[in-house]
Amino acid sequence: MSLTNYLVLASLLFAIGASTVLLRRNAIVVFMGVELMLNATNLLLVTFARMHGDLSGQVIAFFVMVVAAAEVVIGLAIIVQIFRTRRSASVDDVNLLKS
Amino acid sequence: MTFTSTAATTLAGVATALTDGGKTSSGEAALFWVLAPLMVLAALGLVFARKAVYAAMSVVFVMISIAFLYIAQDAPFLGVVQVVVYTGAIMMLFLFVLMLVGVDSSDSLAETLKGQRWIGIIFGLGLAGLLVTVVVSSTFPVAVGLDEANGDSNPVGVARLIFGDYIFAFEVVGVLLVTAALGALVLTHRQRLTRHIGQKERSDARLASGHTLTPLPAPGVFSRSNAMDVPALDPTGAPLEDSVSRVLRIRGQEREFGVVAAEIEAPTRTASDPEVQR
Amino acid sequence: MTSSIATHLPAAVAFSTASVPAEGLLSLAWLLVALPLAGAATLLLVGRRADAWGHWLGVLASAASFLVGFAMFIALLGRPADDRIVNLHLFDWIPAGNLNVEAGLQIDPLSLTFVLLVTFVGTLIHIYSVAYMEHDVDRRRFFAYLNLFVAAMLVLVLADSYLLLFVGWEGVGLVSYLLIGFWFQSTANAVAAKKAFIANRIGDLGLLIALMLMFATYGAVDFTTVLGGVDGVSQGTLTAIGLMLLLAACGKSAQFPLQSWLGDAMAGPTPVSALIHAATMVTAGVYLIVRSGPIFDGAPDAQLVVVIVGAITLIFGAIIGCAKDDIKKALAASTMSQIGYMILAAGLGPIGYALAIFHLVTHGFFKAGLFLGAGSVMHGMGDQVNMRQFGALRTYMKATYITFAFGWLAILGVPPFSGFWSKDKIIEAAFVGEGWRPWVFGTVALLGAGLTAFYMSRVFFMTFFGAKRWNDGHKTRPGTALSKQPVQHPHESPRLMVWPMIVLAIGSAALGGLLSIGNVFQTWLEPVTGHVEEHEPVLAVWLIMTLTLALVAAGLWLAYVQYAKAPVPVVVPVGSVLTRAARKDLYQDDVNDALLVEPGKYLTRSLVYGDRQVVDGAVGGLGHIMVRLGEVVRRSQTGYVRSYAAMMTVGLVALVAVVLATRI
Repeated sequence: MSLTNYLVLASLLFAIGASTVLLRRNAIVVFMGVELMLNATNLLLVTFARMHGDLSGQVIAFFVMVVAAAEVVIGLAIIVQIFRTRRSASVDDVNLLKS
Repeated sequence: MTFTSTAATTLAGVATALTDGGKTSSGEAALFWVLAPLMVLAALGLVFARKAVYAAMSVVFVMISIAFLYIAQDAPFLGVVQVVVYTGAIMMLFLFVLMLVGVDSSDSLAETLKGQRWIGIIFGLGLAGLLVTVVVSSTFPVAVGLDEANGDSNPVGVARLIFGDYIFAFEVVGVLLVTAALGALVLTHRQRLTRHIGQKERSDARLASGHTLTPLPAPGVFSRSNAMDVPALDPTGAPLEDSVSRVLRIRGQEREFGVVAAEIEAPTRTASDPEVQR
Repeated sequence: MTSSIATHLPAAVAFSTASVPAEGLLSLAWLLVALPLAGAATLLLVGRRADAWGHWLGVLASAASFLVGFAMFIALLGRPADDRIVNLHLFDWIPAGNLNVEAGLQIDPLSLTFVLLVTFVGTLIHIYSVAYMEHDVDRRRFFAYLNLFVAAMLVLVLADSYLLLFVGWEGVGLVSYLLIGFWFQSTANAVAAKKAFIANRIGDLGLLIALMLMFATYGAVDFTTVLGGVDGVSQGTLTAIGLMLLLAACGKSAQFPLQSWLGDAMAGPTPVSALIHAATMVTAGVYLIVRSGPIFDGAPDAQLVVVIVGAITLIFGAIIGCAKDDIKKALAASTMSQIGYMILAAGLGPIGYALAIFHLVTHGFFKAGLFLGAGSVMHGMGDQVNMRQFGALRTYMKATYITFAFGWLAILGVPPFSGFWSKDKIIEAAFVGEGWRPWVFGTVALLGAGLTAFYMSRVFFMTFFGAKRWNDGHKTRPGTALSKQPVQHPHESPRLMVWPMIVLAIGSAALGGLLSIGNVFQTWLEPVTGHVEEHEPVLAVWLIMTLTLALVAAGLWLAYVQYAKAPVPVVVPVGSVLTRAARKDLYQDDVNDALLVEPGKYLTRSLVYGDRQVVDGAVGGLGHIMVRLGEVVRRSQTGYVRSYAAMMTVGLVALVAVVLATRI
């Protein structure tokens, strides 16, 4: 089996994650789409690490995980806060960027 | 101690069993072909699942599968971290927040933004197609494999890099985590802008607003059913909505009195049946 | 018969090239400027606390400056004539690449003559003002300005470069503005001050252009380089510089066509008029032309223009003087006319330079005396300036009457008073030359003398002779126009005012004769103006003198008959066309309005219109287009996060597609 299969899988997961972000309105689900995209890239990194015989790819994937953890903490805190004030977790209800 | 070392040896054994340097063993191929379609299906569940909890569970499945793939790809350390951090911490956090926000917040899939769905579908598919084309059409060097890099076991190799070349990034990431923790505290901290409302104030407000002061009526009780879902009747015979729990009502698990009454009527007619009588 | 003016050029060029650095007493020359400057600074900075003693500090500063000047004069006399041009380097002022201007003072007979005149007459006017301004709440401020005026004028005459001269020039302009508008509470005074300032600005522009031309030509602006290097410069350049300098002189000295501010400048307190007309300010133009002699010698065309300007102003001022009923304005017109004499003399070239300065000095004395006398009359008559309401004042103000008479005789040129020695020489010099010029300019100068005699006698007789035309309260018949006037009690002025007038009267009487003994004044100025041989006028000298005296006598007699013998009407008679024109300053303001002010207004209006329509239109239009464009683009900004995410995805897909397309 070729290692390219892993890359194809990662690409598909990434595209699905992106579609989730575009199509779902629940902020939490959108956020999970983002996580899925991060995971897809991590899979790419690990695959490339193996391909090149260099552990740097794995190290960077590790860093991505840590940053993702921090991001999730903040992101979910924001979502909770928005839900508290607006009684809604729909991203479409938050369009303060306009005007 | 013995357990951890045993676990590590087992994982490494699995890794070596699945991989043969840059080449993929047939075992690995089997693992991949089993997992990959399931992962894609689960990921699609994220897009289409009506309820947020289902979406979260499918993501958990994808993440655990990715952990498997990591181990298969000579990255047992990352595989463990993936399970612990992603599945164990992050996804649990998601579930917590889902519960906090309310399970009833499942959104309809009806699109409100004009053209958004078509853009999402077309460009999602386009992105997938393009990325796959890029990956497939690229020529990659012959895979080297991690046998040499993992000479002193994978965690040791990763640690050498993290605490060597990437030590500064590591420190910065540490600072980032602390900052994020504090940030979450600050963000979710609710500043008391108004006077504290205690029991006294609440009861006064309730009196002033003219709400029911007594406890709400209990749901109707019929022996043939779990009658928590059936409203009680008022003296005129009309059902009392308030008597059924709010959660049941939102979930749509409330039952009309008429339905229950019909169910009840049947046994009443066969009251002569000896089994029933007994 | 003499050769033409241009042949005297070498004699004049020789001047100012040989100067020696200052040493000993002369190195203290900076005190001349520093003393009045310090006085002004003290008075202005200390403020109201100096109200009690400030005026005496002003007098002291001016007097001290005079004493230093006098010491300089003695020191300079102690040197041989060739060594009398002394330079005192003060500091490096503008060391900027090619332009390297040093601030320094040039002490030579010419500048020292001015120093003595300015400080001496200035000090007398200071003393006079102590009494004259006694009841003014702002007396301290007045003395601060007077000191500043003296300081600025001293910078002007002592400067060793045109740039430093320009500093003094601007200083004089500024202080004249402050003093003319001293009683700025009245709009008319403020407007008069502004008018003087603006008319001066036009002249300043000329000086600025002259400075630039000098820098472009010589790369320097100091007197030694500019005046010493005339030989190597084309006549065209010299003519341009000369004409620009003339423009400057016209502005400052109120010469045609920039003369209109002088009459309105009478809005200031009378001592200011005396200071402006006698010692400072208006003499600056004459100084500039005489100082720049070599430039004019090298540019005969510019010189001719100088003479023409002088001649026109001479007659112009005399005609206006004949019709003015305001005593100060009549004197102002006379100043204009007399400065015209000086400019005419300065335009005649080397033969005229010393004469111009000579007349300037004698004029400084008798005109200061006349103005102070007029101030004294006003003081006694409750600030009345209309001569038609004076008359018979000689018995009420004896001292003023006698000193005024000295000044009157001096300006008429009656021997042996000062004016005779200086003005007669100028008339003689105007008759020197070839072709049409001596006949024209000589005749104009001669005519001017007659006119001067008429209008000055008119002023004199209307004020001090004839019947009294003012309301003295008890003797005036009730019901007449006179009885409606405020009651006057003419009285002699206090001693502090009378003594300066007496000193000036002595100067008016004797100075001209004293300085003419053995041509001592011309010899004194020779290091600067160059030595000039005697020239024969086209007419015999005795004939010119006789003609002059005859015309003066005729003018005097005419005025006597008209204004002393015959009764002077209190109400202004209609008068002839010329009289009416002269009363309106020969329509100078109307001409200015028609030629400059109205077109200027139109230009401004059209510029405002153009600015609004074209510039604002373009700028505003651009803004409008941007706003419209923004409104269109704004529609893409829905505020929904998912829209933005969709745009990012579109961009990402496009990017990947492009990468793919280029790779395959």
